[in-house]
Amino acid sequence: MEKGSTSKKLILAIALSIGGFLIALLGNMLVPQIADVSFDEYIVGIFMLTGKDAYDILLIALIIVYLITGIRGLRRAERRKKYVFAAPFRFACGIALFLWDLLGTKLQILQQPFFPGPAGIMTAFVQEGPFIWQNTLYSLRLYLFGFLIGTAVGVFTGTLIGWFSKADYWVSPVLKVAGVIPSVAWMPFALTIFPTAFSGAVFLIVISVWFQVTTLTASGVKSTPRTLLEAARTLGANNRWLVFHIALPNALPNIFTGIMTANAFAFTILVMAEMMGQPGGLGYYINASKVWSAYYKVFAAIIVMAILFSLITKLQGCIEKRVLRWQKGVLK
Amino acid sequence: MSEQILRIEHVDRIYTDDETEVEALSDVSLTVKKGELVSIIGASGCGKTTLLRMIAGLDRPQKGKLYLHDREITKPDPKRGYVFQQGGLFPWLTVEQNIGAGLKARHVWNENKDRIPEYISMTGLNGFEKAFPHQISGGMAQRVAIARALINDPEILLLDEPMGALDSFTRAALQDKIVEIRLQTGTTMVLVTHDVDEAIYLSDRIVVMTPRPGRVSEIIEVPMSYPRQRNSGDFGKIRKKLLEKFHLASEQKLPEYMI
Repeated sequence: MEKGSTSKKLILAIALSIGGFLIALLGNMLVPQIADVSFDEYIVGIFMLTGKDAYDILLIALIIVYLITGIRGLRRAERRKKYVFAAPFRFACGIALFLWDLLGTKLQILQQPFFPGPAGIMTAFVQEGPFIWQNTLYSLRLYLFGFLIGTAVGVFTGTLIGWFSKADYWVSPVLKVAGVIPSVAWMPFALTIFPTAFSGAVFLIVISVWFQVTTLTASGVKSTPRTLLEAARTLGANNRWLVFHIALPNALPNIFTGIMTANAFAFTILVMAEMMGQPGGLGYYINASKVWSAYYKVFAAIIVMAILFSLITKLQGCIEKRVLRWQKGVLK
Repeated sequence: MSEQILRIEHVDRIYTDDETEVEALSDVSLTVKKGELVSIIGASGCGKTTLLRMIAGLDRPQKGKLYLHDREITKPDPKRGYVFQQGGLFPWLTVEQNIGAGLKARHVWNENKDRIPEYISMTGLNGFEKAFPHQISGGMAQRVAIARALINDPEILLLDEPMGALDSFTRAALQDKIVEIRLQTGTTMVLVTHDVDEAIYLSDRIVVMTPRPGRVSEIIEVPMSYPRQRNSGDFGKIRKKLLEKFHLASEQKLPEYMI
Protein backbone atom coordinates (compact mmCIF):
# COMPACT_ATOMS: atom_id res chain seq x y z
CA MET A 1 0.00 0.00 0.00
CA GLU A 2 2.69 2.40 1.17
CA LYS A 3 4.99 1.25 -1.57
CA GLY A 4 2.29 1.61 -4.21
CA SER A 5 1.60 5.20 -3.27
CA THR A 6 5.27 6.20 -3.35
CA SER A 7 5.77 4.71 -6.78
CA LYS A 8 2.59 6.39 -7.97
CA LYS A 9 3.99 9.65 -6.68
CA LEU A 10 7.22 9.05 -8.54
CA ILE A 11 5.42 8.27 -11.79
CA LEU A 12 3.44 11.48 -11.45
CA ALA A 13 6.68 13.36 -10.77
CA ILE A 14 8.30 11.88 -13.89
CA ALA A 15 5.23 12.81 -15.93
CA LEU A 16 5.39 16.37 -14.62
CA SER A 17 9.14 16.65 -15.13
CA ILE A 18 9.13 15.59 -18.74
CA GLY A 19 5.59 16.76 -19.52
CA GLY A 20 6.45 20.44 -19.55
CA PHE A 21 9.38 19.95 -21.87
CA LEU A 22 7.32 17.64 -24.05
CA ILE A 23 4.73 20.38 -24.49
CA ALA A 24 7.52 22.82 -25.35
CA LEU A 25 8.89 20.32 -27.87
CA LEU A 26 5.52 19.74 -29.51
CA GLY A 27 4.95 23.47 -29.56
CA ASN A 28 8.19 24.05 -31.37
CA MET A 29 7.53 21.27 -33.87
CA LEU A 30 3.84 21.74 -34.60
CA VAL A 31 2.81 25.36 -34.09
CA PRO A 32 3.13 27.22 -37.40
CA GLN A 33 5.37 30.23 -37.39
CA ILE A 34 3.85 33.62 -38.11
CA ALA A 35 6.66 35.82 -36.92
CA ASP A 36 9.16 37.12 -39.39
CA VAL A 37 12.02 35.10 -38.01
CA SER A 38 14.08 32.98 -40.33
CA PHE A 39 16.59 30.32 -39.34
CA ASP A 40 19.70 29.70 -41.33
CA GLU A 41 21.49 26.39 -41.33
CA TYR A 42 24.98 26.15 -39.93
CA ILE A 43 27.49 23.36 -39.91
CA VAL A 44 27.94 21.82 -36.48
CA GLY A 45 30.35 18.93 -36.62
CA ILE A 46 28.97 16.74 -39.38
CA PHE A 47 25.41 18.10 -39.17
CA MET A 48 23.63 21.00 -40.77
CA LEU A 49 21.50 22.56 -38.06
CA THR A 50 19.26 25.56 -37.53
CA GLY A 51 18.68 27.15 -34.16
CA LYS A 52 15.23 25.58 -34.22
CA ASP A 53 16.74 22.10 -34.56
CA ALA A 54 19.18 22.82 -31.75
CA TYR A 55 16.29 23.85 -29.53
CA ASP A 56 14.55 20.55 -30.34
CA ILE A 57 17.71 18.66 -29.47
CA LEU A 58 18.03 20.53 -26.19
CA LEU A 59 14.43 19.71 -25.22
CA ILE A 60 14.83 16.05 -26.16
CA ALA A 61 18.04 15.92 -24.10
CA LEU A 62 16.25 17.39 -21.10
CA ILE A 63 13.41 14.88 -21.47
CA ILE A 64 15.84 11.96 -21.62
CA VAL A 65 17.87 13.21 -18.64
CA TYR A 66 14.81 13.65 -16.43
CA LEU A 67 13.36 10.33 -17.54
CA ILE A 68 16.57 8.52 -16.60
CA THR A 69 17.08 10.32 -13.28
CA GLY A 70 13.42 9.68 -12.47
CA ILE A 71 13.75 5.95 -13.07
CA ARG A 72 16.98 5.86 -11.09
CA GLY A 73 15.03 7.52 -8.28
CA LEU A 74 13.10 4.26 -7.84
CA ARG A 75 16.08 2.77 -6.02
CA ARG A 76 17.07 5.39 -3.51
CA ALA A 77 14.56 7.10 -1.25
CA GLU A 78 16.60 10.26 -0.80
CA ARG A 79 17.08 10.77 -4.53
CA ARG A 80 13.40 10.08 -5.07
CA LYS A 81 12.41 12.73 -2.55
CA LYS A 82 14.58 15.35 -4.21
CA TYR A 83 13.24 14.43 -7.63
CA VAL A 84 9.60 14.57 -6.56
CA PHE A 85 10.21 17.88 -4.82
CA ALA A 86 11.60 19.54 -7.98
CA ALA A 87 9.07 18.05 -10.40
CA PRO A 88 6.45 20.86 -10.39
CA PHE A 89 9.19 23.42 -10.94
CA ARG A 90 10.51 21.47 -13.94
CA PHE A 91 6.99 21.38 -15.34
CA ALA A 92 6.75 25.15 -14.96
CA CYS A 93 10.10 25.53 -16.73
CA GLY A 94 8.79 23.53 -19.67
CA ILE A 95 5.62 25.59 -19.85
CA ALA A 96 7.63 28.80 -19.63
CA LEU A 97 9.78 27.66 -22.54
CA PHE A 98 6.63 26.79 -24.49
CA LEU A 99 5.08 30.23 -23.90
CA TRP A 100 8.32 31.99 -24.66
CA ASP A 101 8.63 30.07 -27.89
CA LEU A 102 5.05 31.00 -28.83
CA LEU A 103 5.51 34.68 -28.04
CA GLY A 104 9.03 35.06 -29.36
CA THR A 105 9.16 32.84 -32.41
CA LYS A 106 5.78 31.55 -33.49
CA LEU A 107 3.41 34.51 -33.10
CA GLN A 108 4.54 38.04 -33.72
CA ILE A 109 4.03 39.37 -30.21
CA LEU A 110 7.46 40.06 -28.67
CA GLN A 111 9.28 42.75 -30.58
CA GLN A 112 12.04 41.43 -32.81
CA PRO A 113 14.99 41.43 -32.85
CA PHE A 114 15.13 42.54 -29.22
CA PHE A 115 13.41 39.54 -27.67
CA PRO A 116 14.26 36.42 -29.61
CA GLY A 117 12.62 33.08 -28.76
CA PRO A 118 14.57 30.10 -27.45
CA ALA A 119 15.26 28.87 -30.96
CA GLY A 120 16.68 32.29 -31.81
CA ILE A 121 19.09 32.12 -28.90
CA MET A 122 20.09 28.59 -29.79
CA THR A 123 21.02 29.98 -33.20
CA ALA A 124 23.89 31.85 -31.55
CA PHE A 125 25.32 28.58 -30.24
CA VAL A 126 24.85 26.80 -33.55
CA GLN A 127 26.29 29.69 -35.47
CA GLU A 128 29.39 30.39 -33.41
CA GLY A 129 29.51 27.96 -30.52
CA PRO A 130 33.31 27.66 -30.54
CA PHE A 131 33.65 31.45 -30.47
CA ILE A 132 31.30 31.70 -27.47
CA TRP A 133 33.26 28.94 -25.76
CA GLN A 134 36.50 30.80 -26.45
CA ASN A 135 35.09 33.97 -24.90
CA THR A 136 33.80 31.97 -21.93
CA LEU A 137 37.29 30.63 -21.33
CA TYR A 138 38.68 34.14 -21.59
CA SER A 139 36.22 35.32 -18.92
CA LEU A 140 37.00 32.32 -16.75
CA ARG A 141 40.72 32.92 -17.01
CA LEU A 142 40.31 36.61 -16.14
CA TYR A 143 38.11 35.71 -13.20
CA LEU A 144 40.50 33.06 -11.88
CA PHE A 145 43.55 35.32 -12.09
CA GLY A 146 41.79 38.21 -10.38
CA PHE A 147 40.00 36.13 -7.81
CA LEU A 148 42.94 33.96 -6.78
CA ILE A 149 45.43 36.83 -6.57
CA GLY A 150 42.88 38.99 -4.75
CA THR A 151 42.08 36.27 -2.23
CA ALA A 152 45.75 35.44 -1.60
CA VAL A 153 46.72 39.09 -1.12
CA GLY A 154 43.58 39.66 0.95
CA VAL A 155 44.28 36.79 3.32
CA PHE A 156 47.88 37.96 3.64
CA THR A 157 47.12 41.61 4.45
CA GLY A 158 44.13 40.63 6.58
CA THR A 159 46.33 38.39 8.68
CA LEU A 160 48.93 41.14 9.06
CA ILE A 161 46.29 43.63 10.19
CA GLY A 162 44.57 41.15 12.48
CA TRP A 163 47.76 39.90 14.11
CA PHE A 164 50.06 42.93 14.37
CA SER A 165 48.56 45.97 16.02
CA LYS A 166 51.16 48.17 14.25
CA ALA A 167 49.89 46.99 10.88
CA ASP A 168 46.36 47.59 12.10
CA TYR A 169 47.24 51.16 13.07
CA TRP A 170 48.92 52.10 9.80
CA VAL A 171 47.04 50.08 7.21
CA SER A 172 43.46 49.94 8.51
CA PRO A 173 42.62 53.63 7.98
CA VAL A 174 43.98 53.50 4.44
CA LEU A 175 42.01 50.35 3.81
CA LYS A 176 38.83 51.86 5.19
CA VAL A 177 39.02 54.83 2.82
CA ALA A 178 40.48 53.10 -0.23
CA GLY A 179 38.30 50.06 0.18
CA VAL A 180 34.96 51.78 -0.21
CA ILE A 181 35.89 53.24 -3.57
CA PRO A 182 34.11 51.12 -6.16
CA SER A 183 36.94 49.53 -8.03
CA VAL A 184 35.34 50.46 -11.36
CA ALA A 185 36.46 54.01 -10.56
CA TRP A 186 40.04 52.88 -11.16
CA MET A 187 39.18 51.68 -14.62
CA PRO A 188 40.70 54.58 -16.58
CA PHE A 189 44.00 54.10 -14.78
CA ALA A 190 43.89 50.34 -14.91
CA LEU A 191 43.42 50.35 -18.64
CA THR A 192 46.20 52.84 -19.31
CA ILE A 193 48.87 52.03 -16.71
CA PHE A 194 48.91 48.28 -17.12
CA PRO A 195 50.84 46.86 -20.05
CA THR A 196 47.98 44.72 -21.32
CA ALA A 197 44.22 45.09 -21.14
CA PHE A 198 44.11 41.70 -19.46
CA SER A 199 46.42 42.67 -16.58
CA GLY A 200 44.46 45.92 -16.13
CA ALA A 201 41.23 44.00 -15.73
CA VAL A 202 42.93 41.52 -13.38
CA PHE A 203 44.01 44.48 -11.28
CA LEU A 204 40.43 45.75 -11.01
CA ILE A 205 39.12 42.38 -9.90
CA VAL A 206 42.02 41.96 -7.49
CA ILE A 207 41.30 45.19 -5.65
CA SER A 208 37.59 44.50 -5.31
CA VAL A 209 38.22 40.98 -3.96
CA TRP A 210 41.18 42.11 -1.88
CA PHE A 211 39.21 44.63 0.16
CA GLN A 212 36.44 42.21 1.11
CA VAL A 213 38.75 39.37 1.96
CA THR A 214 41.17 41.59 3.89
CA THR A 215 38.49 43.11 6.10
CA LEU A 216 36.93 39.78 6.97
CA THR A 217 40.23 37.96 7.46
CA ALA A 218 41.40 40.71 9.80
CA SER A 219 38.28 40.53 11.95
CA GLY A 220 38.48 36.72 12.00
CA VAL A 221 42.12 36.77 13.12
CA LYS A 222 41.38 39.43 15.72
CA SER A 223 38.52 37.43 17.17
CA THR A 224 40.68 34.39 17.94
CA PRO A 225 39.72 33.32 21.49
CA ARG A 226 42.54 34.01 23.94
CA THR A 227 42.10 30.56 25.46
CA LEU A 228 43.01 28.90 22.17
CA LEU A 229 46.15 30.98 21.78
CA GLU A 230 47.19 30.27 25.36
CA ALA A 231 46.40 26.58 25.03
CA ALA A 232 48.63 26.41 21.96
CA ARG A 233 51.43 28.24 23.74
CA THR A 234 51.35 25.78 26.64
CA LEU A 235 51.65 23.01 24.04
CA GLY A 236 54.90 24.49 22.76
CA ALA A 237 53.70 26.62 19.84
CA ASN A 238 55.76 29.60 18.68
CA ASN A 239 54.24 32.75 17.16
CA ARG A 240 54.46 31.46 13.62
CA TRP A 241 52.54 28.34 14.60
CA LEU A 242 49.93 30.43 16.37
CA VAL A 243 49.29 32.43 13.19
CA PHE A 244 49.09 29.49 10.81
CA HIS A 245 47.47 26.88 13.01
CA ILE A 246 45.27 28.90 15.36
CA ALA A 247 44.49 32.38 14.05
CA LEU A 248 44.03 31.44 10.40
CA PRO A 249 41.81 28.37 10.95
CA ASN A 250 39.80 30.47 13.36
CA ALA A 251 39.39 33.10 10.62
CA LEU A 252 38.39 30.56 7.95
CA PRO A 253 34.59 30.93 8.29
CA ASN A 254 35.07 34.69 7.98
CA ILE A 255 37.36 34.29 5.00
CA PHE A 256 34.73 32.25 3.21
CA THR A 257 32.10 34.89 3.91
CA GLY A 258 34.49 37.45 2.45
CA ILE A 259 35.05 35.33 -0.63
CA MET A 260 31.32 34.94 -1.20
CA THR A 261 30.72 38.69 -1.07
CA ALA A 262 33.82 39.36 -3.11
CA ASN A 263 32.49 37.09 -5.84
CA ALA A 264 29.53 39.34 -6.55
CA PHE A 265 31.92 42.27 -7.02
CA ALA A 266 34.29 40.18 -9.09
CA PHE A 267 31.57 39.11 -11.52
CA THR A 268 30.37 42.69 -11.96
CA ILE A 269 33.84 44.11 -12.52
CA LEU A 270 34.68 41.24 -14.83
CA VAL A 271 31.80 41.96 -17.20
CA MET A 272 32.27 45.72 -17.02
CA ALA A 273 35.97 45.53 -17.73
CA GLU A 274 35.33 43.23 -20.64
CA MET A 275 32.75 45.60 -22.06
CA MET A 276 35.08 48.59 -21.71
CA GLY A 277 38.14 47.22 -23.35
CA GLN A 278 39.08 43.59 -23.51
CA PRO A 279 39.95 41.65 -26.64
CA GLY A 280 37.70 38.80 -25.50
CA GLY A 281 35.35 37.53 -22.83
CA LEU A 282 31.59 37.29 -22.48
CA GLY A 283 31.30 41.01 -21.78
CA TYR A 284 33.21 41.74 -24.95
CA TYR A 285 30.97 39.32 -26.83
CA ILE A 286 27.85 41.11 -25.59
CA ASN A 287 29.23 44.46 -26.61
CA ALA A 288 30.35 43.26 -30.01
CA SER A 289 26.98 41.60 -30.67
CA LYS A 290 25.01 44.64 -29.57
CA VAL A 291 26.75 46.76 -32.19
CA TRP A 292 25.28 44.46 -34.89
CA SER A 293 21.89 44.34 -33.18
CA ALA A 294 22.42 40.61 -32.70
CA TYR A 295 20.35 40.46 -29.53
CA TYR A 296 20.01 36.71 -29.67
CA LYS A 297 23.77 36.56 -29.11
CA VAL A 298 23.49 38.94 -26.16
CA PHE A 299 20.98 36.59 -24.59
CA ALA A 300 23.17 33.60 -25.36
CA ALA A 301 26.08 35.27 -23.53
CA ILE A 302 23.83 36.12 -20.58
CA ILE A 303 22.75 32.48 -20.33
CA VAL A 304 26.37 31.32 -20.42
CA MET A 305 27.21 33.82 -17.68
CA ALA A 306 24.34 32.61 -15.54
CA ILE A 307 25.56 29.02 -15.86
CA LEU A 308 29.24 29.88 -15.39
CA PHE A 309 28.76 32.09 -12.35
CA SER A 310 26.34 29.68 -10.68
CA LEU A 311 28.80 26.85 -11.21
CA ILE A 312 31.61 28.89 -9.65
CA THR A 313 29.41 29.81 -6.68
CA LYS A 314 28.27 26.22 -6.31
CA LEU A 315 31.85 24.94 -6.40
CA GLN A 316 32.87 27.44 -3.74
CA GLY A 317 29.93 26.36 -1.62
CA CYS A 318 31.09 22.74 -1.85
CA ILE A 319 34.65 23.65 -0.91
CA GLU A 320 33.41 25.72 2.01
CA LYS A 321 31.21 22.91 3.28
CA ARG A 322 34.13 20.50 3.11
CA VAL A 323 36.72 22.82 4.69
CA LEU A 324 34.40 24.04 7.45
CA ARG A 325 32.93 20.67 8.30
CA TRP A 326 34.23 21.08 11.85
CA GLN A 327 31.75 23.89 12.46
CA LYS A 328 28.79 23.27 14.67
CA GLY A 329 25.62 22.65 12.71
CA VAL A 330 27.41 21.87 9.46
CA LEU A 331 27.93 18.23 10.32
CA LYS A 332 25.05 15.95 11.20
CA MET B 1 61.93 12.85 51.17
CA SER B 2 61.11 13.23 47.53
CA GLU B 3 62.56 15.91 45.33
CA GLN B 4 61.07 19.38 45.04
CA ILE B 5 59.92 20.10 41.54
CA LEU B 6 58.13 23.45 41.75
CA ARG B 7 59.10 26.38 43.91
CA ILE B 8 57.09 29.58 44.23
CA GLU B 9 58.85 32.36 46.15
CA HIS B 10 57.13 35.48 47.50
CA VAL B 11 55.01 36.16 44.48
CA ASP B 12 53.00 39.38 44.14
CA ARG B 13 50.57 40.21 41.38
CA ILE B 14 48.63 43.45 41.10
CA TYR B 15 46.05 44.14 38.43
CA THR B 16 45.44 47.75 37.50
CA ASP B 17 41.91 48.37 36.37
CA ASP B 18 41.53 52.04 35.33
CA GLU B 19 42.41 53.78 38.56
CA THR B 20 41.85 51.03 41.10
CA GLU B 21 44.51 48.50 41.90
CA VAL B 22 43.52 44.96 42.77
CA GLU B 23 46.06 42.92 44.61
CA ALA B 24 45.40 39.48 43.18
CA LEU B 25 48.31 37.79 44.96
CA SER B 26 50.36 38.93 47.87
CA ASP B 27 53.54 37.23 49.01
CA VAL B 28 52.58 33.72 47.97
CA SER B 29 55.13 30.98 48.53
CA LEU B 30 54.65 27.28 47.88
CA THR B 31 56.62 24.20 46.95
CA VAL B 32 55.39 21.09 45.20
CA LYS B 33 57.18 17.75 45.38
CA LYS B 34 57.66 15.38 42.50
CA GLY B 35 54.65 13.13 41.99
CA GLU B 36 52.48 15.12 44.35
CA LEU B 37 48.93 16.29 43.67
CA VAL B 38 48.33 19.66 45.27
CA SER B 39 44.96 21.39 45.21
CA ILE B 40 44.57 25.13 45.50
CA ILE B 41 41.17 25.98 46.91
CA GLY B 42 39.52 29.26 47.71
CA ALA B 43 36.58 31.54 47.00
CA SER B 44 36.43 33.19 43.61
CA GLY B 45 38.72 36.17 43.39
CA CYS B 46 41.38 34.73 45.68
CA GLY B 47 43.88 34.58 42.84
CA LYS B 48 44.09 30.81 42.57
CA THR B 49 43.77 30.83 38.78
CA THR B 50 46.27 33.70 38.57
CA LEU B 51 48.74 31.58 40.52
CA LEU B 52 48.19 28.61 38.22
CA ARG B 53 48.61 30.81 35.14
CA MET B 54 51.91 32.01 36.55
CA ILE B 55 53.13 28.46 36.99
CA ALA B 56 52.18 27.90 33.36
CA GLY B 57 54.03 31.04 32.34
CA LEU B 58 50.89 32.64 30.92
CA ASP B 59 51.15 35.44 33.48
CA ARG B 60 54.16 37.10 35.16
CA PRO B 61 54.49 38.22 38.77
CA GLN B 62 55.45 41.79 39.65
CA LYS B 63 57.57 40.58 42.50
CA GLY B 64 58.93 37.18 43.43
CA LYS B 65 59.90 34.25 41.27
CA LEU B 66 58.72 30.80 40.26
CA TYR B 67 61.02 27.90 39.50
CA LEU B 68 60.59 24.50 37.95
CA HIS B 69 63.65 22.40 38.80
CA ASP B 70 65.59 25.58 39.67
CA ARG B 71 64.89 27.07 36.25
CA GLU B 72 62.94 30.28 36.43
CA ILE B 73 59.54 30.23 34.76
CA THR B 74 59.25 33.07 32.28
CA LYS B 75 57.06 31.76 29.48
CA PRO B 76 54.77 28.84 28.62
CA ASP B 77 56.43 25.50 28.00
CA PRO B 78 55.07 22.05 27.17
CA LYS B 79 56.92 20.80 30.26
CA ARG B 80 54.13 22.50 32.18
CA GLY B 81 50.88 21.15 30.73
CA TYR B 82 47.74 23.21 31.23
CA VAL B 83 44.09 22.22 31.13
CA PHE B 84 41.62 25.09 30.87
CA GLN B 85 38.27 25.21 32.62
CA GLN B 86 36.62 24.87 29.23
CA GLY B 87 36.93 25.80 25.59
CA GLY B 88 40.59 24.96 25.25
CA LEU B 89 40.21 22.51 22.37
CA PHE B 90 40.82 23.58 18.79
CA PRO B 91 37.38 23.28 17.15
CA TRP B 92 38.77 22.63 13.66
CA LEU B 93 40.79 19.59 14.75
CA THR B 94 39.43 16.14 15.49
CA VAL B 95 39.97 14.50 18.87
CA GLU B 96 43.14 12.76 17.75
CA GLN B 97 44.42 15.83 15.93
CA ASN B 98 43.87 17.86 19.08
CA ILE B 99 45.83 15.34 21.09
CA GLY B 100 48.61 15.45 18.50
CA ALA B 101 48.62 19.26 18.25
CA GLY B 102 51.51 19.66 20.68
CA LEU B 103 53.60 17.14 18.74
CA LYS B 104 53.02 19.18 15.59
CA ALA B 105 53.73 22.48 17.32
CA ARG B 106 57.00 21.13 18.71
CA HIS B 107 57.89 19.53 15.36
CA VAL B 108 58.22 16.07 16.88
CA TRP B 109 55.17 14.65 15.12
CA ASN B 110 56.84 11.92 13.08
CA GLU B 111 58.68 10.25 15.92
CA ASN B 112 55.73 10.47 18.35
CA LYS B 113 52.55 10.10 16.33
CA ASP B 114 52.32 6.40 17.16
CA ARG B 115 51.79 7.29 20.80
CA ILE B 116 48.44 8.97 20.16
CA PRO B 117 46.37 5.74 20.44
CA GLU B 118 47.98 5.08 23.81
CA TYR B 119 46.72 8.42 25.14
CA ILE B 120 43.33 7.92 23.52
CA SER B 121 42.81 4.69 25.42
CA MET B 122 44.34 6.08 28.62
CA THR B 123 41.67 8.78 28.65
CA GLY B 124 38.94 6.41 27.44
CA LEU B 125 38.28 8.13 24.12
CA ASN B 126 38.31 5.06 21.91
CA GLY B 127 35.84 5.37 19.05
CA PHE B 128 35.86 9.16 19.12
CA GLU B 129 39.21 9.69 17.40
CA LYS B 130 37.65 11.31 14.36
CA ALA B 131 35.01 13.36 16.19
CA PHE B 132 35.18 17.15 16.28
CA PRO B 133 35.03 18.95 19.65
CA HIS B 134 31.44 20.15 19.17
CA GLN B 135 30.32 16.55 18.75
CA ILE B 136 31.59 15.29 22.11
CA SER B 137 30.43 15.94 25.67
CA GLY B 138 32.04 18.35 28.11
CA GLY B 139 33.60 15.53 30.12
CA MET B 140 35.13 14.01 27.02
CA ALA B 141 36.43 17.37 25.92
CA GLN B 142 38.29 17.71 29.21
CA ARG B 143 39.77 14.23 28.81
CA VAL B 144 40.98 15.25 25.36
CA ALA B 145 42.56 18.35 26.91
CA ILE B 146 44.29 16.19 29.53
CA ALA B 147 45.54 13.73 26.91
CA ARG B 148 46.74 16.62 24.76
CA ALA B 149 48.82 17.97 27.65
CA LEU B 150 50.11 14.56 28.77
CA ILE B 151 51.43 13.50 25.38
CA ASN B 152 54.09 16.21 25.73
CA ASP B 153 55.45 14.34 28.80
CA PRO B 154 54.99 17.32 31.12
CA GLU B 155 56.85 17.43 34.41
CA ILE B 156 53.81 19.01 35.94
CA LEU B 157 50.16 19.11 34.88
CA LEU B 158 48.19 22.23 35.78
CA LEU B 159 44.42 21.82 35.99
CA ASP B 160 42.32 24.97 36.16
CA GLU B 161 38.93 23.87 37.52
CA PRO B 162 38.73 21.21 34.83
CA MET B 163 35.51 19.88 36.28
CA GLY B 164 33.95 23.27 36.94
CA ALA B 165 31.60 23.18 33.98
CA LEU B 166 30.54 19.55 34.29
CA ASP B 167 27.47 17.93 35.83
CA SER B 168 28.03 15.98 39.03
CA PHE B 169 28.09 12.46 37.49
CA THR B 170 30.54 13.42 34.78
CA ARG B 171 32.55 15.26 37.38
CA ALA B 172 32.86 12.17 39.59
CA ALA B 173 33.86 10.06 36.59
CA LEU B 174 36.54 12.55 35.57
CA GLN B 175 37.86 12.70 39.13
CA ASP B 176 38.34 8.92 39.06
CA LYS B 177 40.01 9.26 35.68
CA ILE B 178 42.48 11.78 37.11
CA VAL B 179 43.33 9.42 39.97
CA GLU B 180 43.79 6.61 37.49
CA ILE B 181 46.05 8.67 35.23
CA ARG B 182 48.03 9.83 38.22
CA LEU B 183 48.64 6.28 39.43
CA GLN B 184 49.51 5.19 35.91
CA THR B 185 51.87 8.01 34.93
CA GLY B 186 53.04 9.46 38.24
CA THR B 187 52.66 12.97 36.83
CA THR B 188 52.90 15.83 39.33
CA MET B 189 49.67 17.83 39.33
CA VAL B 190 48.41 21.14 40.63
CA LEU B 191 44.65 21.47 40.65
CA VAL B 192 42.65 24.64 41.14
CA THR B 193 39.15 24.04 42.44
CA HIS B 194 36.42 25.55 44.57
CA ASP B 195 34.98 22.16 45.46
CA VAL B 196 36.04 20.96 48.91
CA ASP B 197 35.13 17.30 48.32
CA GLU B 198 36.97 17.26 45.03
CA ALA B 199 40.09 18.60 46.71
CA ILE B 200 39.98 15.96 49.44
CA TYR B 201 39.13 13.18 47.02
CA LEU B 202 42.12 13.90 44.82
CA SER B 203 44.95 15.66 46.60
CA ASP B 204 47.91 14.93 48.85
CA ARG B 205 47.88 18.48 50.10
CA ILE B 206 45.29 21.24 49.98
CA VAL B 207 46.33 24.88 49.84
CA VAL B 208 43.61 27.17 51.21
CA MET B 209 43.75 30.72 49.89
CA THR B 210 42.12 33.89 51.15
CA PRO B 211 40.90 36.61 48.80
CA ARG B 212 41.81 40.30 48.47
CA PRO B 213 44.73 40.11 48.58
CA GLY B 214 45.22 36.50 47.58
CA ARG B 215 47.28 34.78 50.26
CA VAL B 216 48.02 31.24 51.34
CA SER B 217 46.15 30.85 54.60
CA GLU B 218 46.62 27.17 55.35
CA ILE B 219 48.04 23.99 53.92
CA ILE B 220 46.25 20.80 54.90
CA GLU B 221 47.67 17.31 54.40
CA VAL B 222 45.38 14.51 53.24
CA PRO B 223 47.01 11.31 54.55
CA MET B 224 44.64 8.91 52.80
CA SER B 225 45.35 6.25 50.19
CA TYR B 226 43.42 5.73 46.95
CA PRO B 227 40.66 4.83 46.35
CA ARG B 228 39.14 7.24 48.80
CA GLN B 229 35.64 6.88 50.15
CA ARG B 230 33.71 10.12 50.24
CA ASN B 231 31.64 8.85 53.17
CA SER B 232 34.51 7.50 55.30
CA GLY B 233 35.33 8.92 58.72
CA ASP B 234 38.75 10.25 57.72
CA PHE B 235 37.22 12.01 54.75
CA GLY B 236 34.62 13.59 57.00
CA LYS B 237 37.21 14.79 59.50
CA ILE B 238 39.27 16.49 56.83
CA ARG B 239 36.16 17.97 55.28
CA LYS B 240 35.13 19.41 58.64
CA LYS B 241 38.60 20.84 59.24
CA LEU B 242 38.76 22.28 55.76
CA LEU B 243 35.32 23.83 55.94
CA GLU B 244 36.23 25.50 59.22
CA LYS B 245 39.40 26.94 57.77
CA PHE B 246 37.59 27.88 54.64
CA HIS B 247 34.87 29.55 56.58
CA LEU B 248 37.34 31.52 58.65
CA ALA B 249 39.36 32.31 55.61
CA SER B 250 36.36 33.75 53.84
CA GLU B 251 35.28 35.81 56.81
CA GLN B 252 38.63 37.50 57.26
CA LYS B 253 37.79 39.89 54.50
CA LEU B 254 34.85 41.35 56.41
CA PRO B 255 36.20 42.18 59.87
CA GLU B 256 33.95 45.22 60.35
CA TYR B 257 30.85 43.06 60.39
CA MET B 258 32.21 40.67 63.01
CA ILE B 259 31.93 42.85 66.12
